[in-house]
Amino acid sequence: MIRIFRIALRNLMRYKRRTLLTSMLITLGVLMVILFSGLAGSFKEMMIGQITDSNLAQMQIHKKGYVSSIDTSPLNLTINQKGYKKIEKLLKENPDVEAYSPRIKLSAMLSNFKETTNIRLNAIDPKKERKVCPNVSDRMKFSGSEIPDILLKSGEIIIPEKLAKGLKIKIGDPVVLVANNKDGSVNGLNFTVAGVIESLVGPQGKEGYMHIEDARSLLRMEKPEIIEIALRIKKFDKLDDVYTDIESALTEFKNKKGKLAFEIHTWEKLSPFANIARMIDFMTISMKLIMIAIVLISVLNVMMMSVYERVREIGTMSAIGTAPGKIMGLFLAEGLSLGLISTLAGNIIGIVGIYFLNIYKIPFAFGRNTIYLLSPTISFSELVWVTSIVLLISVFATLQPAYKASKMEPVDALGHV
Amino acid sequence: MALVQIENVSKIYQTGEVQVKALQDVTLSIDEAAFVSFVGPSGSGKTTTLNLIGCLDKPTQGKIFVDNAQVDGFDRRQSAAFRGDTLGFIFQAFNLFPVLTTYENVEYPLVMIKNESVSKRKEKVLKVLESVGMLDQKDKFPDQLSGGQKQRVAVARALVTQPKLVLADEPTANLDKKSAVNVIRLMRNMRDKFNTTFIFSTHDPGIMEEAEVIHTLEDGRLVHPKIA
Repeated sequence: MIRIFRIALRNLMRYKRRTLLTSMLITLGVLMVILFSGLAGSFKEMMIGQITDSNLAQMQIHKKGYVSSIDTSPLNLTINQKGYKKIEKLLKENPDVEAYSPRIKLSAMLSNFKETTNIRLNAIDPKKERKVCPNVSDRMKFSGSEIPDILLKSGEIIIPEKLAKGLKIKIGDPVVLVANNKDGSVNGLNFTVAGVIESLVGPQGKEGYMHIEDARSLLRMEKPEIIEIALRIKKFDKLDDVYTDIESALTEFKNKKGKLAFEIHTWEKLSPFANIARMIDFMTISMKLIMIAIVLISVLNVMMMSVYERVREIGTMSAIGTAPGKIMGLFLAEGLSLGLISTLAGNIIGIVGIYFLNIYKIPFAFGRNTIYLLSPTISFSELVWVTSIVLLISVFATLQPAYKASKMEPVDALGHV
Repeated sequence: MALVQIENVSKIYQTGEVQVKALQDVTLSIDEAAFVSFVGPSGSGKTTTLNLIGCLDKPTQGKIFVDNAQVDGFDRRQSAAFRGDTLGFIFQAFNLFPVLTTYENVEYPLVMIKNESVSKRKEKVLKVLESVGMLDQKDKFPDQLSGGQKQRVAVARALVTQPKLVLADEPTANLDKKSAVNVIRLMRNMRDKFNTTFIFSTHDPGIMEEAEVIHTLEDGRLVHPKIA
């Protein structure tokens, strides 16, 4: 077998320039896939992390029907204390759930005593929220340079930076929040601006923050009620499995009409970035398809040329008794060697490229005033996948020329001029 | 005991609507360890006869026996296996593999056909290279050898599998007179040394004189055998 590969390599080196050009083309294709996968994967991972870890969370549980009317922040689709306890028990029993945090979502009017505007607010339990969204404070600015241990206390509010600028509100200023209650009445409370928050892309990216107890007071909730439960799981790659588990467990809870009481959604259903993530995946697949086409056409071309140029040699091989299968094997070894050398070169250059991209990080703006540094990575399994597919396509592309070589009649091949 | 037996063999090629009768009703036999030549002008059927004996082609009619096997009915796979086991080939244009050294060219049939161990291969290759006087050229590639040397390597490649019969189609046609005679004498020496039957074709009167048995072909018909 080693001898066959040695002969195959010698045959490849017979036409050095052609082999080198083809090999470079395949190497370039592999390199493109590795770099693109690394960069796109890094971008996707970073953005998903940013969205889920700073405000959206990885999953959310609501009362059934809430998400379809999420734009109006309805207050009649709340989860009562009894329902919350049931869900809490279910989440505590699930070993894959790392943390959960109850939230109340509301719309209100914000006034600085001179001007008034509307604001969407996310009322949170600060301690729990930090466990679910560890980066929740990344976009926040407080009076000091350090982030306070307790994100916000009762009586404090964090407002979107744009809104603060518009109304000329500074940190520490008093403001009034006026909100419609569930029964239609209106209530207002005084707050102190504890901080401002940069906006982020997505439906929940322009919300302010307040304490969940303050929201209950503002909304005059006689009994504790919540709008959503945000979830964080231990392993993000098990998201779909955990989602399925919890969704299935939630089906046990029915409302008075016997219909499902709660609904659960992953971040993908809640953020429009999921479509961008899907587009990134699609582009990565497209890049891989381009690479496959490059390998297929290049190897097919080289091997067809190789067979046509060596008809007499094939005739000699056959005449002296080489079995058709071995002639085919010899050409397959050539195609495989070409693919192997090229993909190895592509992998090495790709890994070096990824290494340098990590040293000279690529700055990337996402959202307002936010510069992220892309740190591309490529997994070993991705490299194995790329290598395997190149080898497979190399063999596939060689099949036809190799089969043709093996089927040549020696008497015709020997007479070929 | 005849090694090759040809009985009423005809070969007709169809070229478009034209039929070319390459061989017509040829019957002959060739003994073991014979040194036989097919002679005749171009188009007389020499190559066709060698191709039929060498299982490279099939007769239109008639029977061919080589080493007690009826080879005219073999399929592709059987033909290849038979050629690898029983036959050796020497070609007019040497047909050495350009990417392989002298040693590797001779070793090729043992690697690709016989699947022999490295040590056995080495022993056989060195022995046959020494026999043809090419041991000192074993690391050279074909383009570094003269025509006569190339044909010596081709003889070594044909003999390395210890075949019963070696077929050589115009083995001296691409050589100068001195080299041609040397190659034919080498073939005869190899016949003497290994007891291998050699059948070659030529139209060179000087070369055909080296044969022990001469079969003359004209227009696809066997004219008469001549015992030297």
